[in-house]
Amino acid sequence: MSVIIYSESENGKFKKSAYELASYGRALADKLSLSLIAISINNNEADPISNFGVDKLIQVNDKELERFQVNNYSKIISEIASKNDVKILLLSSSADSKYLAPILSVKLSSGYVSNVVELPESTDPLVVKCSCFTNKAFNYVNLSEKINLISLSNNSYGVMENPKKMEIENFSSSLEKSSLKIQKIEKITGKVTIADADVVVSGGRGLKGPENWSLVENLADVLGAATACSKPVSDMGWRPHSEHVGQTGKPVATNLYIAIGISGAIQHLAGINSSKVKVVINNDPEAPFFKAADYGIVGDAFEVVPKLTEKLKEFKS
Amino acid sequence: MKILVCISHVPDTTSKINFTDNNKSFDTNGIQYIINPNDEFGLTKAVWMKESHKAEVVVASVGDASCESTLRKCLAIGADRAIRVNMNPLDGFSVAKQLVEICEKEKFNLIIAGRESIDYNGGMVPGIVAELMNYNYVANCISLEIDGNKATAAREIDGGKEVVSSDLPLVVGSQKGLVEEKDLIIPNMRGIMQARQKPLEVKDPLEVNPKTLSNKYEKPSPKGEVKMVAPEEIDKLIDLLHNEAKVI
Repeated sequence: MSVIIYSESENGKFKKSAYELASYGRALADKLSLSLIAISINNNEADPISNFGVDKLIQVNDKELERFQVNNYSKIISEIASKNDVKILLLSSSADSKYLAPILSVKLSSGYVSNVVELPESTDPLVVKCSCFTNKAFNYVNLSEKINLISLSNNSYGVMENPKKMEIENFSSSLEKSSLKIQKIEKITGKVTIADADVVVSGGRGLKGPENWSLVENLADVLGAATACSKPVSDMGWRPHSEHVGQTGKPVATNLYIAIGISGAIQHLAGINSSKVKVVINNDPEAPFFKAADYGIVGDAFEVVPKLTEKLKEFKS
Repeated sequence: MKILVCISHVPDTTSKINFTDNNKSFDTNGIQYIINPNDEFGLTKAVWMKESHKAEVVVASVGDASCESTLRKCLAIGADRAIRVNMNPLDGFSVAKQLVEICEKEKFNLIIAGRESIDYNGGMVPGIVAELMNYNYVANCISLEIDGNKATAAREIDGGKEVVSSDLPLVVGSQKGLVEEKDLIIPNMRGIMQARQKPLEVKDPLEVNPKTLSNKYEKPSPKGEVKMVAPEEIDKLIDLLHNEAKVI
């Protein structure tokens, strides 16, 4: 029996989340005395993932799988999982992996828990901790099916090196025709996405208008951060709603979240709560966000942020 | 054309979350309930299609009698009829199974369910329904056009969007973007009066064993006091982030 991870790639290279998933998978496999298998699709790299405790890598190379397509990917992953006597299948919390997970749970007749934030509290029975009520609480959930599927929250476990002598295997299978066809993909290139970022810089109504967003962007540039915004900002069309973070927007779980001119409505806080360190810059000392922050500056964003950007530039060089 | 919108009855977004019964159950005391926001974006889109596509819009929810107020609100917004499966929802799988039972009988062309509920955030119901029905599924759907038997939909992906085409029947996971916040329909008096006359069918649940079971809840441990830094001491903030928090 095995713990299996689907390690995602982008442009033929493992994503950072693949290493976190492998680190978590290794610890879980050790707890259960099982081996750890990683699946990669259209990625010829092997060495990088062997550093994170993987015993065996199963590579799938198929021109038809060049683009992510949910029916094809779920078919391949479930076939590999069944063939390798999967006990626990682990996925990341990327948009693609969360798309795959419920479909895989049906194909494998498994239990499925998403947003898992820690290693299981107990393995017999298997009890996992996941966030619920949009990060306002946690739920401990019993998984008692023969096969179980877990989606790990991004940045919740971290990356732990554990080099292994890794076996490599190839797998191929026939694909079925589907009427679900990818027509086009529009992706911002050269920009860090909120999902993959270690640092997110976010702006709110306090910035007064879209013309002032260079403040957020310049700070984000220095930190290699993704940019985000509050709900009113996306509702007013200052920023695209792909940048809206909060309860009905994107969840943020980064190491550092910097909020500029955001008062901190409960719905916003819910969406960003699982970020590790929160810095709040706001001219209103009564802004509720300060109660949820680790570090705060009461001051005018138009003065504080450029100064912070300059000082960080000096610090980084 | 026949559309099903799956509705989750959830605590209002501003609710303070508490637990009772030794942290085994959610404390419903003083909680206001709303249509799950992600479902409401989908419902609005479906109501638009009543006119544009001569669609019949059915809403369904799995829950006890308390969720009927939420279903009535959906009827006031414009859904034609409602179905409630009389069951305490235990996990995403058992909810999806009840919805599949309805889908098998009614043969919908389009099934919409929010990308996730804001209470349990499972994000699994639309995907499980799609796979059990053997229908195509588009998650995180931010646009949808239907022409005859063909759909063109956009899925929000990390850092962009992906446009797909598919035959109907189709399942989509709705979210903001499918319609905008300003498009949400506030029921008027006429809608509310009509909603009282519209059919709300209560069904007995199918017997299904849940695949996961909630064991207990926990609230996040209270966090430490915020450390304030004066605006003229930016160096101090950088020092704290570097040496104390170790995030830069």
